[in-house]
Order: sequence, then C-alpha cells, then structure tokens
Amino acid sequence: MTDLFNSFMSGPDEHGRFGEFGGRFVSETLMPLILELEAEYEKAKNDPSFWAEMDDLWKHYVGRPSPLYFAPRLTEHLGGAKIYLKRDELNHTGAHKINNVLGQILLARRMGKTRIIAETGAGQHGVATATVCARFGLKCVVYMGAHDVERQAPNVFRMRLLGAEVVPVTSGRGTLKDAMNDALRDWVTNVRDTFYCIGTVAGPHPYPAMVRDFQSVIGREVRWQLAEQEGEGRLPDTVIAAIGGGSNAMGLFHPFLDEPSVRIIGVEAGGKGVNEKFEHCASLTGGRPGVLHGNKTYLLQDDDGQILEGFSISAGLDYPGIGPEHAWLHETGRAEYVAITDAEALEAFQLCCAQEGIIPALEPSHALAHVMKIAPNLPADHIIVMNMCGRGDKDIFTVARHLGFDIDTGA
Amino acid sequence: MTRIDSKFAALKAEGKKAFVAYVMAGDPDYETSMEIVKGLPGAGVDIIELGIPFTDPMADGPTIQLAGQRALEAGQTLERTLQMVREFRTGDDETPIVLMGYYNPIFNRGVERFLTDARQAGVDGLIVVDLPPEEDDELCIPAQKAGINFIRLATPTTDDARLPKVLTNTSGFVYYVSITGITGAADAQAADVGPEVARIKAHTELPVVVGFGIKTPEAAQAIAGVADGAVVGSAIVGLIGEGKSPAEVLAFVRSLSDGAHRA
Repeated sequence: MTDLFNSFMSGPDEHGRFGEFGGRFVSETLMPLILELEAEYEKAKNDPSFWAEMDDLWKHYVGRPSPLYFAPRLTEHLGGAKIYLKRDELNHTGAHKINNVLGQILLARRMGKTRIIAETGAGQHGVATATVCARFGLKCVVYMGAHDVERQAPNVFRMRLLGAEVVPVTSGRGTLKDAMNDALRDWVTNVRDTFYCIGTVAGPHPYPAMVRDFQSVIGREVRWQLAEQEGEGRLPDTVIAAIGGGSNAMGLFHPFLDEPSVRIIGVEAGGKGVNEKFEHCASLTGGRPGVLHGNKTYLLQDDDGQILEGFSISAGLDYPGIGPEHAWLHETGRAEYVAITDAEALEAFQLCCAQEGIIPALEPSHALAHVMKIAPNLPADHIIVMNMCGRGDKDIFTVARHLGFDIDTGA
Repeated sequence: MTRIDSKFAALKAEGKKAFVAYVMAGDPDYETSMEIVKGLPGAGVDIIELGIPFTDPMADGPTIQLAGQRALEAGQTLERTLQMVREFRTGDDETPIVLMGYYNPIFNRGVERFLTDARQAGVDGLIVVDLPPEEDDELCIPAQKAGINFIRLATPTTDDARLPKVLTNTSGFVYYVSITGITGAADAQAADVGPEVARIKAHTELPVVVGFGIKTPEAAQAIAGVADGAVVGSAIVGLIGEGKSPAEVLAFVRSLSDGAHRA
C-alpha cells in the first residue's frame, strides 16, 4: 500500500483505475476479450523476447532512438531557459504513433488475431497502423470521420497505398469520436478474430496503461540522452507536451512522475479560446468527469451528459476526452495542464520553421507555444524538454489557408 | 417484488412468454413518443424498455443511433425521460418500465439523485450497456439498494466460467444478446439461441429474455419459444423513423406481441 501513496508510477490498480479514473466501461460482449488482452499483455510485458522484438523494430524499422536536440536559436530567441526538442517527428511515418502501434500489433500476433481495426482523426495513427499491418501482412481497416477523410486526403491515400481499407464514418457527426464509436461497433461484431489498435492512452483498461508503456520509450530515452549531453544525473527541469488523447505526453511524462524536481506540463488545444461556447478541445481545463469509450475521465459535455464536439485547428487534438491517467495527474496536481489557442499555435509553428528549420505538426506547435510563454522568464540553467511528436507535412495545407497562401497557385 | 417480478410471475401462471418492446424516449418528439408508449400495453407489450438518448451509443446500430439523434434534436433530456415515466404512471401502475442506455447521462446527473428520481417516477429496472459486472460499484449495487432491478446483458462471448460473475447482482431478468454485434444487425437464430438460453438457465432462476436481431412476428415467436421472452427494438424504432403514425407503429407492435404470445 505504501507504494501507492509514494509513487505516481504504480497505477493503474487491479481495476484499471488511476484514482477514480479509467476502468472498464464496455459492453459484456467485449469484456471477455478485454480480460484476455489484459492477461496477454501482462505475459508479454514480462517476457524479454517480446521487448527484444520491440527494440529491434524500434531501432531498424522506426529509427529509434529519436534524437534529443538542443535548439540553440529558439533558446537564444526566447532568451531564457535552455530548450531541447525530443525529435519523435523523425520516426518512420512522421510521428510518435508508431511506437505504440508496433507494440499492439506484436500483441495481436501473439493472440492469433488476423484482422486489425483502428480509428484515426488526422490520419497519423491510421497511417502508422496501416504501415505496421503491411509490414506483418495483416488485414487492416481504419475508421475515419467523413469530414476528416475530406480534409486529410493525403493520409487517406497513404493508408490505401499501404493496403488498408479506409471506412468514412458518417454516424453521429462524422468526427474522431464517432470513428471510435464505429470501431467499437466493428469490434463487438467481429470480436473473435479482430484486434482493436487504439491510438491513444484512452479506452478500457488495459489500453491506457499499455499504450503509455509503449510510448514511455520517449521519456526513457530523454533520461539517458540528457544525461549524456548535460552530465550524469541531470534531469530536465520542465517536460512539456501537447495533449489530445494524451499518448505522446504520457510517454514523455511517465518516467519522470516520481522525480519531484521535474515540472510536468500538458498543453491542451484551446481552439478559439476556452469558454462556455466549447470552441476548444481542452477536456481538463474546460470539461468535467464522465464516462465515454470505455473509461471514466474528463469530457466535454453539456448539462445533460451529452458529449460535445471539440474544436481545434489541429485534427489530431480534436477529441472531447483525455486519457484517464492525465485526469488523475490533473486532480492530484502532479502535472499542470494549460490551454493554447489556434492563433498561438500558428505563431509557434512559424517560429519553429524560421528559427530551427523544423516544420512541426500543429499538435506539438501547441506545446511550443507554451514554451514560448514560459521560457523567457526562466533562468539560463533551466532545462525544458519538449516533445516534437510529429512533423508538419500533413498540416501545410491548413496552415497555408490560415496564412492566406494559395497552395495551388503559389501566390 | 418489483413490477418486473410480478409480471413474470403472472405470465408464468398463464403459461405465457413475455413480449418486451423498446422505443427511444422522446423519438421523434416528446408528445408522439408519449402517445406510443402509452399505447404499448394495449398492443400486448408486457414490459416497456425506454431508451435514454445518448450522443455516443456505441453498442447500437444505425436505427437506434438515428432515433437517439432525433430525440436529442427535439430537446429530450434525462429529466424529460423521467417525466415520461411519471406521466405514464398516472394511467398505468402495472406495466414494468426498464430504462435502457449508457452510463454517462446517469453519472452526470449523480447516481443517488438519479436513483431517487427514477424510483419516485416509477422506473422498475435499468439496463446500462457500458456497465459490466467489473463496474458494479458504480450503479448496480446502489440501484439494487434503491429497489430498482439491475438487468444484465449476457452474450455469446460470456462463457461458463464468466456466467456466475455476470449473474451475481443481476435481478428482474437476464437479457441474452443473441448475436455478437450491435442492435438491429444480423438475424437471431432460434436454433443457436435455444442452447445458449438453456446454458444460462442452468446457472440462474431468473427469467431469460432474448434480444438483438428479432424483427418479425415469426422471429418473435420462434425466439420466445426457446426463452422466457423476446425483445424487439430496432424494427419498431425503424417505423417511427419512417414517420409512421403512432397507430401504425402500435399495429405492428400488436403483430409482434401476438407472435411472441403464440410461443
């Protein structure tokens, strides 16, 4: 019991709870499979051969470890803290998503599942899943909101090239949460041969813990990489990451939860501003606890408990919930959560291009925007590590539109 | 004894199977929905399942999804659903009413407050799709304490090892989901369902009622023949979605209940 009170890293409990958050809120049809998955994951987690296979793929297929890069011009420009970027945008498929997908697909293979389903918003998790399915010759079906299919056409084409079937979701309002609903409906129908590869630290237990464990490679690398560059035992003073569902953030944060000197900041998508009109996706700063997609967590919802649509310039943050472990870290105060608006993220996006020659995705641009706010007021020996969780190629069309640049005519 | 227990005792005495009808509360609007619900007992319905609309009904097919959207667009809330039960009870104090839906609207209202209000309104049972036995502390146990039946779903993936866990803390009846899938999808087959119902009955004294994939009077008869009753939802809700009048909807319900009662 003592451990539970002294450690932030021992969760979830045997019921899949982080404090009151998490759990297994799924229909009975799925429950036996969820329990089987939990047992299989426990086995795999303690099997060195599972991690040996992961390490091999991470190294040779994904390109890990991703560099921990000191950003000299950003640091100088902001004139305060020393800024490091964890370059997960250099992974194969251009984002952190593949870290987790590899783990889940290896697990699916162990369980004898032959058909993989996934949901995707911006398309990054869908592309990562289609990629790994192609690598292992598995059938792949990706559910994607009809609206996202339209605005993310290049990723739809990528998934099809990789052999996946992309199903445009028109149920509900045709967004990421509806894509997740349809994936769950598929799963409940094809439960015997299908594995649901969830893209973030949400869903029923064991998904939040399992996805976190697969993404924690990010934070573990940061620990030794920073020690290499700054001296043995040197920890970051602040770690910071963007949050939609929260998988890249959980991956960076988790290895530092029990280091009290490390300040932990999650950045939510503030859209047009966190207000009562809900034109944002900031579940923690602008929502309250509820139950959706298999877990209890903070949600955007109305007075009747109906789920609201989020709003963000970044399709990857456009989700009305957040991983349950974040909800718990928020309530315990171990991590801070802030919101950044579309306009602030766009400014950070441009600054990163100009100062470091890195075109970031809109998701980490939110994290960078918060770095821009805090770095100038911190001393030069304060080290910030920010997760550059995705590259911006997918977002140049959106950004062009907001900056008034016609990408077809070049004017 | 809830109204559900009394109803099954009475049906057993008559040697009849139960016919359970599902409609979404407030679909397509409060008044029309109220008219249909009030007409259900007269159309031979033994137990009414009243759906609580929710934006994200992840175990439901398109028919029920759209019904929920229509109800929400017409302004249905959990409070108005409870109001429907209160209004129904002014003219009918016998027909059991089971509220069926997802946990978030209930959690949002507050479990204790919801149970007090539901009990006072005249609700007899709850079916909450996303609360498996692993989450019994959330609502199941408090509901039983408040005198409201908590009706559990058993499914084709619920094996013998797991059945006792599913049946513990279940009351009123057991709802056997005939297929692995969502509402309104594949057809339930009596030949598959019969042995499954027998398997469940070996573990419990409770009546076992079968739902999902029952669309016609013939199917209602065949399925009720191998169980203690049959549930029809999507086929009825589909007619409401087509804009059929309450009289037309109730005529179809009558054909279904006749089918089930022939079993």
